[in-house]
Amino acid sequence: MTEPEQAAPAKPPVRVYLVDDHSMFRAGVRAELDTVTDAVEVVGEAGSVGEAVAGIAHHRPDVVLLDVHMPDGGGAEVLRRARKANPEVVFLALSVSDAAEDVIAVIRAGARGYVTKTISSTELATAVQRVRDGDAVFSPRLAGFVLDAFADRPGAAPINDPELDLLTPRERDVLRLLARGYAYKEIASELFISVKTVETHVSSVLRKTQLSNRYELSRWASDRRLV
Amino acid sequence: MWRRGRCVSILGVSTRLEEQTTPEAEIERSAPDAVAVADEVRFYRRRDGRAIAGVAGGMADHLGVGVLWVRITFALLAALGGAGIAAYGLLWVAGAQAPSDLQGPAVSSRERQQAFGLVAVGAGLAVGAGTLSGMVSGWIAGGIGVALAGAVLVWREADQAQRRRVTGAVLGGGRAGGVRVAAGALLVVAGIVIFLLRSIGLDQFQFALLAVLAALAGVAVLTVPWWLRLVRDLGEERRARIRTEERAEIAAHLHDSVLQTLALIQKQSEAPREVLRLARGQERQLRSWLYGPSGYGRSLHEGMDHGTLAAAFERAAGEVEDSFAIKVQHVVVGDCELDERLVSTVLAAREAMVNAAKHAGVGEVSVYAEVEPEKVTVFVRDRGRGFDPGAVPQDRHGLADSIRGRMERNGGEIRLRTAPGDGTEVQLDMPRAKVSP
Repeated sequence: MTEPEQAAPAKPPVRVYLVDDHSMFRAGVRAELDTVTDAVEVVGEAGSVGEAVAGIAHHRPDVVLLDVHMPDGGGAEVLRRARKANPEVVFLALSVSDAAEDVIAVIRAGARGYVTKTISSTELATAVQRVRDGDAVFSPRLAGFVLDAFADRPGAAPINDPELDLLTPRERDVLRLLARGYAYKEIASELFISVKTVETHVSSVLRKTQLSNRYELSRWASDRRLV
Repeated sequence: MWRRGRCVSILGVSTRLEEQTTPEAEIERSAPDAVAVADEVRFYRRRDGRAIAGVAGGMADHLGVGVLWVRITFALLAALGGAGIAAYGLLWVAGAQAPSDLQGPAVSSRERQQAFGLVAVGAGLAVGAGTLSGMVSGWIAGGIGVALAGAVLVWREADQAQRRRVTGAVLGGGRAGGVRVAAGALLVVAGIVIFLLRSIGLDQFQFALLAVLAALAGVAVLTVPWWLRLVRDLGEERRARIRTEERAEIAAHLHDSVLQTLALIQKQSEAPREVLRLARGQERQLRSWLYGPSGYGRSLHEGMDHGTLAAAFERAAGEVEDSFAIKVQHVVVGDCELDERLVSTVLAAREAMVNAAKHAGVGEVSVYAEVEPEKVTVFVRDRGRGFDPGAVPQDRHGLADSIRGRMERNGGEIRLRTAPGDGTEVQLDMPRAKVSP
């Protein structure tokens, strides 16, 4: 399942829609993605929440690159308003923000991943293709946040649904390696599993992050206490 | 300056009565958003469409009910020993006029007539009820009434003057304003005199005393608008000064940091490494200023105080980024107070980062630290050229002393995974001290 990546160059380019309130940043990403690869095509951009919701409905892109911080509610608000009407569109959060609350908020609102704006263009293109293919994209920082939130420590939220509220040991291993800066391929060889399996684990973690009640944002602050 | 708590305590009476008289079902919303946009907490007297001073309109905006109901309530309250009038007066004194940029709802002439009618009804009720109850003799009420009418005239003129000032017209407002103020003052004096004359037979001394007191009261009533404005302007000015200082501080900070860095970057544009280093350093500095514990954005990161492991890693990573122009991607899971062992661990990790920066030949180093109840584990990893641990010359002390020595002296251990061409990963394990009680 992993080989076709190279074997299928005929794939149409991923249609990407940019949402960011800084036009300079949009222009930069557009230029970078254009030069770095032909597999990604920027079909439109928006500078505000309202514009984004309309633009997404109009262009129906494959992937939306979504800024976390914007006036009028930011990326989470775009997700809330655009996702129901366009269930086939995938969202990837892109931000300079380091605050766990913000990152977790967009993930829980339905983003398939989170990368920081300092990401290189090639990595960004790869991440875009990965979320288009239905996988999740975890930056090391997001992996750290998630590990933190699911950690068992005094004061952590109680476990109601073990299926959702606990990470399996394997998922923990994968997250740790992600946080250590390993690529999917490196994780696979480190754990003696296939890349596909790694992707499955990451997607499962994403699902838990989005659905688990343990992750209530109000509790986030108290969860992040000293061990 | 005028916080809701205080405001409500003054509004107490009328607010409660409001609720009784208005069935919430058929409240016509008279554009409450006009005030809500500006400042929901503050009560402003309406500037447009006012009958006397815009108090009723302001109340309507503040409470989100129809202005007619507020006016009726005031009129009815006036019957209760003049409570409505007193409340209106207090609110007039307490409430600032709405800012000029706040556009009030349009008012029809019918509504205006209605309002004036209600004013008359209120005044009639107050006098009538007062007379009936025998609480105050008609004569005294008459004197006070005349004085009140004078005060209203003067205060209204003060509002007018303030409006002119805001719109930029010359202060003073022409002869008409002066005439109105004079007339008002005359009425106040007349009212007080009537009141005094009707107070039954007093001897000389008592009369003189009363006259002085009455004169003082008259002056106080007449000058209320001016000293109120003084207080308000003072508050306004202070707020403006705070804003200005805030802006100056931000400007100064941006100048010292961001602008300087941008200037440096322009000069260094031939050296991409240097540009990267500057940009990263500046980004981190600005970020900590905006979001950091002591920064502009308050304590978003709790537990990131100076004494914790996460903060120490943050600093170490920052220093290495600055010194070697590489990117240090660091992730810390969990956090705890620093102790001697952990300080050594951070220093060892820092040395590992430095090694990676110097020898690996890559632009990025990943650092991952996890705090568990019984130990702290740190990974420092690069995808660089790697090396053969057996072939390291004996005189290279970095790994041996700075990392291995530090860790082992404190009861920790180090694991090294590297091979030529295969990157390097240094793993540090440090058991945690027993939890202190």
